[in-house]
Amino acid sequence: MAYLTDLKRARGMGAAKTGTEHFWNMTVSSVALLVLIPLFVFTVGPMIGAPYAEVAAHFARPFPAIVTGLTIVVGFLHFKGGVQVLIEDYVHGMARKVWIIAMICLSYAAIGTGLFALVRLAL
Amino acid sequence: MVQLTLPKNSRITTGKTWPKPEGAKNVRKFQIYRWNPDDEKNPRVDTYFVDLDTCGPMVLDALIKIKNEIDPTLTFRRSCREGICGSCAMNIDGINTLACIYGMDEIKGDVKIYPLPHMPVVKDLIPDLTHFYAQHASIMPWLETKTNTPAKEWRQSVEDREKLDGLYECVMCACCSTSCPSYWWNGDRYLGPAALLHAYRWIIDSRDEATGERLDELEDPFKLYRCHTIMNCAKTCPKGLNPAKAIGSIKKMMVERHV
Repeated sequence: MAYLTDLKRARGMGAAKTGTEHFWNMTVSSVALLVLIPLFVFTVGPMIGAPYAEVAAHFARPFPAIVTGLTIVVGFLHFKGGVQVLIEDYVHGMARKVWIIAMICLSYAAIGTGLFALVRLAL
Repeated sequence: MVQLTLPKNSRITTGKTWPKPEGAKNVRKFQIYRWNPDDEKNPRVDTYFVDLDTCGPMVLDALIKIKNEIDPTLTFRRSCREGICGSCAMNIDGINTLACIYGMDEIKGDVKIYPLPHMPVVKDLIPDLTHFYAQHASIMPWLETKTNTPAKEWRQSVEDREKLDGLYECVMCACCSTSCPSYWWNGDRYLGPAALLHAYRWIIDSRDEATGERLDELEDPFKLYRCHTIMNCAKTCPKGLNPAKAIGSIKKMMVERHV
């Protein structure tokens, strides 16, 4: 029990003076993915089920490699921002911070793994 | 962590079924949430039958009739009975609305009435709106100026006055905020659609000189950016306003300051 006035409770610790950058970054990455996802589907899709040599040759070409690399990086950066908002919505207390750290690490790991696989294929 | 089930002492039980009015031919069944903080029992849903031939057309008319003629212990807020005071906001047939301007003919089947969702209940259909009002106060809902007060009045063009249309009509009934999932889960920090609509009303007021300070106070991942444009607020507003659009406009102004 704390004797706080209603206004003190509502004002809390004040505004963090941040949030717009996150909002803008999510908007920009959404627009980028709007272009990248169809490109990714149409450049990588035809390779599904193809022999290894053909796939390796495909990703050695600049356009599919760049589209794939950008989709991996932008996609997982967008995922990182989105999943952070999701966690902030539904998880409270210390668990919120732990989950956010875990998901950010997972996002960076996915970017690293994806790029490594792409480089292995392309070079 | 978000709770998906009600705590044990909040689970709703079946309540009392009150007798049907004798001789009535046009009877409507009402199922109404009841909870009394003094009897230490779980909430219940009581069933009432109202003779529509001797009752007004609005849900509030029926509630008043129940209180006057059937069960005087039924507790709810009401005042103006014409959609201006915002007192009789409640959840009727699954929609947050004002009982005084919601017609019974708009409802199919039984009339189910609950208090506004996800708020502490004071008694029966009365939610505790203390925090909601404090959040409204926190956005400084008044004209802020630095210039010396003019001798006559703060002048405003017709075009600038028109920008306040769709905003000033808000009666602070809390239907929008209590319909918002973001407000349910993070209402302690998220200001909610009503307070943000009022914040925008003062941000775009051509006479107000604290636009930057107002935006500063809103720039926060929780105070403002918990709005995910779910649009429940616009759908439920009994005055036909669109708080989500006002929030979107605030976000646009935030981006304009940055980019």
